[in-house]
Amino acid sequence: MDYIIETNNITKKYGDFIAVNSVNLKVPNNSVYGILGPNGAGKTTLISMLCTILRPTGGSATVNGYDVVKNAREVRASIGIVFQSRALDDILTGREHLDMHASLYGVPGEIRKKRIDEVLDLIDLGEKADEYTKTYSGGMKRRLEIGRGLVHHPRVLFLDEPTLGLDPQTREKIWEYITKLNQEEDITVLMTTHYMEEADQLCDEVAIINQGKIIKSDSPINLKRELKADTITVKVNKPESFVQKVKTLDYVHKVFEDDSTIKLMVERGENLVPPLVNFANKNGIVVESIELQHPNLEDVFISYTGTSITEGR
Amino acid sequence: MAEIEGIYIIWLREMKRFVRYRSRILTSVVTPLLWLLIFGTGLGSAIRFGGIPGGYQAFIYPGIIGQTILFTSIFSGVSVIIDRQYGFLKEILVAPIARPSIVFGKAIGISTTAVIQGIILLLLSFVVGVQMTPLIFIASILLMIPISVGLAGVGLLIASFTDSMEGFNLIMSFVVLPIFLLSGALFPVTGLPNFLQVTVYLDPLTYGVDALRHIILGQGAIPLHISVIVILVFAVVMVFLSALMFSKKEQELM
Repeated sequence: MDYIIETNNITKKYGDFIAVNSVNLKVPNNSVYGILGPNGAGKTTLISMLCTILRPTGGSATVNGYDVVKNAREVRASIGIVFQSRALDDILTGREHLDMHASLYGVPGEIRKKRIDEVLDLIDLGEKADEYTKTYSGGMKRRLEIGRGLVHHPRVLFLDEPTLGLDPQTREKIWEYITKLNQEEDITVLMTTHYMEEADQLCDEVAIINQGKIIKSDSPINLKRELKADTITVKVNKPESFVQKVKTLDYVHKVFEDDSTIKLMVERGENLVPPLVNFANKNGIVVESIELQHPNLEDVFISYTGTSITEGR
Repeated sequence: MAEIEGIYIIWLREMKRFVRYRSRILTSVVTPLLWLLIFGTGLGSAIRFGGIPGGYQAFIYPGIIGQTILFTSIFSGVSVIIDRQYGFLKEILVAPIARPSIVFGKAIGISTTAVIQGIILLLLSFVVGVQMTPLIFIASILLMIPISVGLAGVGLLIASFTDSMEGFNLIMSFVVLPIFLLSGALFPVTGLPNFLQVTVYLDPLTYGVDALRHIILGQGAIPLHISVIVILVFAVVMVFLSALMFSKKEQELM
């Protein structure tokens, strides 16, 4: 199976409002796949349909080869879920949460203890594992929830906004865990996020969703490359003559002068740094510094939706 | 096997919650004692209540046991709403386990906590001067099980229709108190005005209290075997109905 999740025009309507509009998704096995979009774009609705929490009003989807409506139970057995909102019981310990989850998912008793220890090791709860979760910090609660989603060796782990509301340090920690588990466990991760950096750093492939529709999906590198908008920033000893001459080069799309620095808009900038330096030398200009900048996903998002992700509806 | 495991773990959670919220255990014993000692003594001295050794206090003793089971069972059932608000119900409902198993695990968990409270009250029978024998003790426990399972079913059924605790007062006024007051816990169910007589016999707890009174005090208004049959049918129907609602409404509950 190349694709662990496939959707075919999956749609969710609430009256006249179309929350998810004919989405076709193909998630490669063992990848980290991101669904990127602003709040209210339909991310959670989409993921909820794949998790069997919501029933689609149109189209279909398979997860691990099972239909999300007809074989809901098999789908449930194949997946682990970390909800956007907390889903912990204050008065149970971390270990008890994992144990309860293992029982509900039919993890055989003889391997249960070992598996729980493995997971506790992965999420680094340490001694807190045997304390009530009401004493946990936000990051620990999230880690416990991620760990819980893993206990029964699911084929797919769904993470709905895994770092929402966490401070930057904790967020980076969670990113580390997600990367680590994707390497150590035989698992596909499907996550939603509205943090650009998160999608950029973690995901092998990203689908951009806006107003219920998937606008574009590809790897973050390709998405950015497709914008054809790398920026090369240079400092030279003779700015005026450099600007004049560099404008004649056909691989330079635009030139901006900003005090002592010059910004050149180019495509595939990584290949153009050496020729630019040579070009300057040939014309008797000394390059003092040169810097290459790729566009970020925010730029990608703006170019496809016309709005920035934080302004989006 | 997986289902039994699931039922067990849901039951186990109910037990852990019961043991860990110590204040709940305390109130569950103190409240009935207040009824017995203050209300029972107070009203008992104001009215003539012949026929039973121990008088009015002894008369309401089975009723107060019924009341304790009623409150614990319905409120624990309704507490599923809180689980839902905290998102924990979702975690249980997305598990690959049959919906009726979830309801069943919850119902027997609640029943166990209610019966434990009932047992504590049985052990305190000396307070109201009621004779307790091993046979009465065991027969009472056996009766409390279906009563509490049925009432837990009522609570779960209400929870499946309610999505916030705002309805809590409504449940108190329109479900719990009428069931309690109409059950004959505090007065004899014979010789009442017609309209009251009918509603009293429609109340499932009437049969529970009367059966308990039969066993504990040796007298009741309804033949014991009829009460037992009504209680058993009530328990089965309620658990069946709430299992049905949880299966039907699972999407809304998640």
